[in-house]
Amino acid sequence: MFFTYLRRELAGRRRQTAIIAIGMALAIALVMIVNAVSTGVRDAQASVLESVYGVGTDLTVSQDATPPAEGERPDGGRFEFGADDGRTADGSTQLAQSRLTAGMGQSTFDASALDTVQDIDGVAAASATLSLTNVTFSGEMPDFSAAQGTDGAPTAEGGTTGAPPAGGADGAGGSAFDVDSFTVLGLDPAAESVGPLSAVELADGRGLELGDAGQHVAVLDADYATSADLAVGDTIDIAGTSFEIVGTVTSTASDGQSAANVFIPLDVAQSLSGLDGQVTDIYVQAASSDVIPSVQADLEAALPDQTVNTQSDLASTVSGSLGTASTLISNLGLWLSVAVLAAAFLIAILFTIQGVTRRTREFGTLKAIGWSNRRVVGQVAGESLVQGLIGGAAGLVVGLVGIAVVNAIAPTLGSTTATTPQAAGPAGFAGGGFAGGPGAAQAATATEVTLNAPITVEVVAIAIGLAILGGLIAGAIGGWRAARLRPAEALRSVA
Amino acid sequence: MYTLDNVSKTYKQKQRTVTALRDVTLTIPSGQLVAIQGPTGGGKSTLLQMLGALDRPSSGTISLGDAELSHLPDGKLGRIRATEIGFVFQGFNLIPTLTAQENVETALEPLGIPAAERRQRATAALESVGLGDRAGHVPTELSGGQQQRVAIARALVKEPDVLLADEPTGNLDEQTRDEIMDLLEGLWRDRGLTLVIVTHDSAVAKRAERRLHITGGVVTERG
Repeated sequence: MFFTYLRRELAGRRRQTAIIAIGMALAIALVMIVNAVSTGVRDAQASVLESVYGVGTDLTVSQDATPPAEGERPDGGRFEFGADDGRTADGSTQLAQSRLTAGMGQSTFDASALDTVQDIDGVAAASATLSLTNVTFSGEMPDFSAAQGTDGAPTAEGGTTGAPPAGGADGAGGSAFDVDSFTVLGLDPAAESVGPLSAVELADGRGLELGDAGQHVAVLDADYATSADLAVGDTIDIAGTSFEIVGTVTSTASDGQSAANVFIPLDVAQSLSGLDGQVTDIYVQAASSDVIPSVQADLEAALPDQTVNTQSDLASTVSGSLGTASTLISNLGLWLSVAVLAAAFLIAILFTIQGVTRRTREFGTLKAIGWSNRRVVGQVAGESLVQGLIGGAAGLVVGLVGIAVVNAIAPTLGSTTATTPQAAGPAGFAGGGFAGGPGAAQAATATEVTLNAPITVEVVAIAIGLAILGGLIAGAIGGWRAARLRPAEALRSVA
Repeated sequence: MYTLDNVSKTYKQKQRTVTALRDVTLTIPSGQLVAIQGPTGGGKSTLLQMLGALDRPSSGTISLGDAELSHLPDGKLGRIRATEIGFVFQGFNLIPTLTAQENVETALEPLGIPAAERRQRATAALESVGLGDRAGHVPTELSGGQQQRVAIARALVKEPDVLLADEPTGNLDEQTRDEIMDLLEGLWRDRGLTLVIVTHDSAVAKRAERRLHITGGVVTERG
């Protein structure tokens, strides 16, 4: 009788059933899509962060860069050439100089902080890195000695005597200069479990090994090696020193970006950059996710001059369209879902109450012929639950279609990760500013990721759960109304 | 047998207290056909609700057999309604989405009767009121007289001791009224029911063994 009555009621009140089901379906579909996209954005953020912070990094320690004081010249921003520097031939002077300096926006601090970090309870592993940028300034200028007088003395008019300038880049006394830069990350070859090396896999050759400390060996990002036409066995010039390329690596992150173009032993990086005993970042892996807050607090107490970031802090550094999507999803998407869901629940509740009110005589009659309160309430709740489930099933289908559409479109989101080691192109001015230059604010890694909205068990469970919840809430309220009907009053009210 | 002893019923209507029944003392023997007449608002329907265990008196006692209806909890009143009392209403009060057969079956639902037996008894009840061929029709596909027959079948399918009818012919034309009354009278005779009919219609009242008149909540006997 229960199912016969239920079926007849739902079939007999198709319009009401359809309105409730459509409302629930739209709300559930929206929640599913928002949830799936939110998961996709989270995955994308994690991927972006993974590429620069490595897998398993729970916290990072760094030091904010201090802007130069007025009139102060930033460190590392100047190339100086002596009068006799360069090679002169055919009336031109070839000049080249490489500088290895701390990455843009990166500030160094004492490497002894690593020992402090490792002594803190709850720290499972930690490694320090030195993020650097190698900038090569090279060019051709005329041989001015040839343009001066034989004694090189200035004339009375302030000029020089002798022939006009010749040679140079254009052969007529002009000059031309190139600036080439790539990112260099000095790291401890023994620390692979945490830090940037945990997010790469070997493409060719070998990785950095314990015995490489103090050696002029380098591992290159495979993409960078290809673009710079370098391979294992070749050499690369870093700060005027030749390094043997012993291997290439590729990122395991979905965006394919490595943390740097070139990886070298930390002690060598410190020595070449003149930053002995200095590091720019410490990567920390906590013993468990539960202890991350306490480890963060302990780190902040132990290292008051440094900045300690958790993964969630790091996620907030992701900007660009990915950051915008994250903000949209977490704000607009969430509240839109809540609003639509609340509206759908409200519609279901109001229609159920309206249905009970309209069926006052019906329920009064049933109670008059001996139906118990529980039986009447069960009937009302059952009808609402089934309406919710119909809406849930429709919502599940619409939601899955919506997620499939998102995945078919596969929008590409750009992201910029601030305060990270740089990973610039071979001839790029990483992050949009010259290393250490006045305009430098923060290092930044620009990447693009394809948004994938995953269909998870959680998403399906949310749809089914919401359908049941909506049906139960509407049924409970409608049933409560039905239970309050006294048969005599119910029959009298329509007499 | 019904026994009413000084039964009064008052309602609160906003600030006003309305007395629907005033010190009604009455006995209705089992198997009697009683008609209750009176003006609108006189207390007819309230008295019927007391007899039908749908409401409790404000004071006094009312018994059906050994059961004292005035003080029983809702659950036990519901059980008495389910087993011993059948109702027929002026507006038929059929469930609009259910067929005639299913409407009749609703009366057997509280008794926990198996589905097969429920169907069999409902079919028999419909045949007893001359609607065996209309079992699959929903109320809107039936005439007023047919709907009232379905309601009578629903009231009688559980084989109650008492049948309470509130203006059972109020919505019917004269011919159908007579058909329904013939049906009720026949069932009353055949089954030995206690039949209480509230009616405005003197033609219906005249067919009763006993006629009661109620006005201002006071019940009097009429010859």
